[in-house]
Amino acid sequence: MVRPSARRGSICGGVRARTRARAYARAHTSPKRTPKLLLALAALVALALLAPLVFLVQEAVQDGWSALHPLLFRGLTATLLWNTVSLMVLVTALCALVGTLAAWFTERTDLPGRSVWAVLVVVPVGIPDFVTSFGWKSIFHSLGGFAGATLVMTLAVYPLVYLPVAAALRNADPAQEEVARSLGLGRLRTFLRVTLGQTRQAVLGGCVLVALVLLAEYGAFEVLGYRTFTTEIYTEFLVGFNSPAACALSLVLVALSLCVLGSEALARGGGRASRSGALAARVARPHRLGRARLPVLAGFAVLVLLALGVPLGAILYWMIHGGSSTLPSVSIAAAALHTALYSAAAGAIATVAALPVALLSVRHGGRAAFVLERGTFLVLALPGIVIALALTYFSERYAAGVLYQSSAMLIAAYAIMFFPLALVAVRTSVAQAPPALEEVGRSLGANRLQALWRVTLPLVAPGLAAAFCLVFLEAVTELTATLVLIPTGVQTLATQFWAFQSNISYGQAAPYAGVMVLIAAVPSVVLGRWFDRLPARRGAPARTGAAAAPLAEAAAAQGAIAR
Amino acid sequence: MRHRPHAPAGRHQSTTHDAGHAGTRLPRARPAAALVVSLCLLAGALAGCGGSSAGLVLYNGQHEQTTDALVAAFEKQTGISVAVRSDDEDTLAAQIDAEGSGSPADVIYTENSPPLEHLQEQGLLAPVQASTLGQVPARFNSPEGDWVGVSARVSVLIYNTSLVKPGELPRSVMALAEPRWRGRLALAPGETDFQPIVTAVQRAHGTAATLRWLAALKANAGSHVYPDNETITSEVNRGQAAIGVINQYYWYRERAQVGAGAMHSAIAHFAPGDPGYVVDVSGAAVLRSSAHEAAAQRFLAFLVSRAGQEIIAHGTSFEYPLAHGVHTAAHETPFAALRPDPISLADLGDGTSAVALLQRAQLL
Repeated sequence: MVRPSARRGSICGGVRARTRARAYARAHTSPKRTPKLLLALAALVALALLAPLVFLVQEAVQDGWSALHPLLFRGLTATLLWNTVSLMVLVTALCALVGTLAAWFTERTDLPGRSVWAVLVVVPVGIPDFVTSFGWKSIFHSLGGFAGATLVMTLAVYPLVYLPVAAALRNADPAQEEVARSLGLGRLRTFLRVTLGQTRQAVLGGCVLVALVLLAEYGAFEVLGYRTFTTEIYTEFLVGFNSPAACALSLVLVALSLCVLGSEALARGGGRASRSGALAARVARPHRLGRARLPVLAGFAVLVLLALGVPLGAILYWMIHGGSSTLPSVSIAAAALHTALYSAAAGAIATVAALPVALLSVRHGGRAAFVLERGTFLVLALPGIVIALALTYFSERYAAGVLYQSSAMLIAAYAIMFFPLALVAVRTSVAQAPPALEEVGRSLGANRLQALWRVTLPLVAPGLAAAFCLVFLEAVTELTATLVLIPTGVQTLATQFWAFQSNISYGQAAPYAGVMVLIAAVPSVVLGRWFDRLPARRGAPARTGAAAAPLAEAAAAQGAIAR
Repeated sequence: MRHRPHAPAGRHQSTTHDAGHAGTRLPRARPAAALVVSLCLLAGALAGCGGSSAGLVLYNGQHEQTTDALVAAFEKQTGISVAVRSDDEDTLAAQIDAEGSGSPADVIYTENSPPLEHLQEQGLLAPVQASTLGQVPARFNSPEGDWVGVSARVSVLIYNTSLVKPGELPRSVMALAEPRWRGRLALAPGETDFQPIVTAVQRAHGTAATLRWLAALKANAGSHVYPDNETITSEVNRGQAAIGVINQYYWYRERAQVGAGAMHSAIAHFAPGDPGYVVDVSGAAVLRSSAHEAAAQRFLAFLVSRAGQEIIAHGTSFEYPLAHGVHTAAHETPFAALRPDPISLADLGDGTSAVALLQRAQLL
């Protein structure tokens, strides 16, 4: 990769340029050489992410195996395991079905009002899971248990499958389907064998996120009265003064998420989704729905009604009909401001931290980088309270509690918790930015930082923005780490919503939920549409998919809400 | 809202950039980079403004309804500001454990005595002034004098009036184990108010009987296992479950919130001396590590003063004030007329044995 540019330098003549190019070539005999600064930065980030795991193991083994054994190996663990895994499997399957079908209908058919439906079916991703379950529970009181949890969680998280699948369908080459049809394959079989094949990786990616979200979900299950590992971990933290039990259960959770990541790696396997022409932007001709049009429209209407109508309707209902509460009221504007500031800062830090890891993983590859990158996903499965207590522990133990309960530590906790989301978004766009351009920049005399700043950064900007937004959206709804780490006397929207919700003061809780949805959902829609249109406006239609992909994939990486 | 804070920084950034590299415009990098830079600065600025309060820091495990009015009155009377941090009482106690001598808290105020007993065992509490302790009958204070009782509640049955006839009501908490309550009992094993009952049952009937009783409760509750007493109250009131055990004030609060017309439940006492009939004491303590001990002691003195106790007696907390000569204004059984299990605060201890039993019964 380096040689051609160096040669070009000498061909162009110009003594200075030639000298510079030679110096560059000497310094970079191996294009795979990993810059030390990058390695150091990535290692630093990895270290920060590793801290909660270290804390977890340390706490769990502190009382010895004999204390943990009776807590881990008992009927309750089996019950929780069954509750957690059965729900995870069913909801993931349902999300795969709903998400894939919805994506195919909006991307590949002549469904009336496609662009409107495409927005409406995504919006639920911006509604915190615990708000969705609050909406359902406050309207349908008897909802709960396995059936209730399945219904609510499917409606809350199916967009995690929809988003990547829709992006994959948009980018997929329609020629493969046409060839299959021309060779005599029927419509249905073409869909099953070709279209689904093209989207397999996207479906799998979405399913992994759904599974991880379900593992770490707390708020929604607490509202619905469904016991999983995560709800039990919180209960153990709340009632016992000994965190070892909770930490031991958290390790089981980590093991479960390792299983999820492992099975995804196995299922991913081969499979190619490349286009026939490099960036041929041929749009697929939409399938005609014909007589199926009405039933499909009705299906979309029901989906939107259930996933969007019920939670938003409940918020509005309680805002209008809410009774009085014995709890004191708190300024909603102050809570909104703090929420926005903390979340924005966390979004910025996580995005900056994700850049070196993404660069290392994409540009320099290797097994270590791969493990490092996938390993960060484990953070998604850690309950927020574990991360908060880990930070408390390290700050008291090694820093005399300097930043304890400061805004800085809360922001750091958010950045750690949602780092994987930032990484997914940044990585996608780094992978799409050709390193050759940066090398051209270097060969023309820019040093490494200048090349990064002036060439690579503009290329990965959409990914950075998507990463920022994702972490921002997640941090807005974070609850359990916030309760431990927030500065005394400050409230966020989530903590205040939760205080009212647990007091069954639905009327008072509803406005906080409303503001959370406004902060989280509306910008995500606006942003999604902006990214969709951005390259087209610049007259580069071929890059539509490329620019939209980071957001779609990253938005799909929306992780554990209400942790 | 998200874009406003970084707009000025964005402009600043681009000027310096232009100065350095005139003529090579790559405009897309700047907004993203400027956003990142300015948000980092913002984060730094935010970091400086946390936890720098000159007044008291109160770790509040008591219901905010109770605490808010008391804190406001204390601030007005003394001019000492109080920053309140509210969370579950056991979480706060665990947090103080982790914080150790570096705890930012000056005062901890809890719903129940076990977290205070726990902190006392860890040597993290300072002795309460004798004059403060003297305001409250000695049996409601820490036997060691490290925390003071502020208010009390009593555990009662709550039942849905259309699902359970008053004649069917059990006289003892032990009778909730009977098969006739299968699928009808609401249970909140993770609720800290439930632990004193478990401890009282264990004291009265022994460990083996308590475990059998818990197993039967678990079977009877089935899917009606709830996170807290608020949920039990509202679910029984709605008829989702028929019967449960709560502390009396949850029912009064529910009535204050939804109105008497929407109440489809009632409360009833167990037989005198029954282990289900337990008085829980809510108390407060000063942290040994407090840098504002004088002010913290003043806060405790205020809680049990006539002014503080009258707030509890007349507020929406519906708890019983504990100081001599102050009585609840709510229409509930007078505190003096209660006939609870005579278990002492020392017997209730720090609740760890109750948690261990709940864990063995696989309710936790």
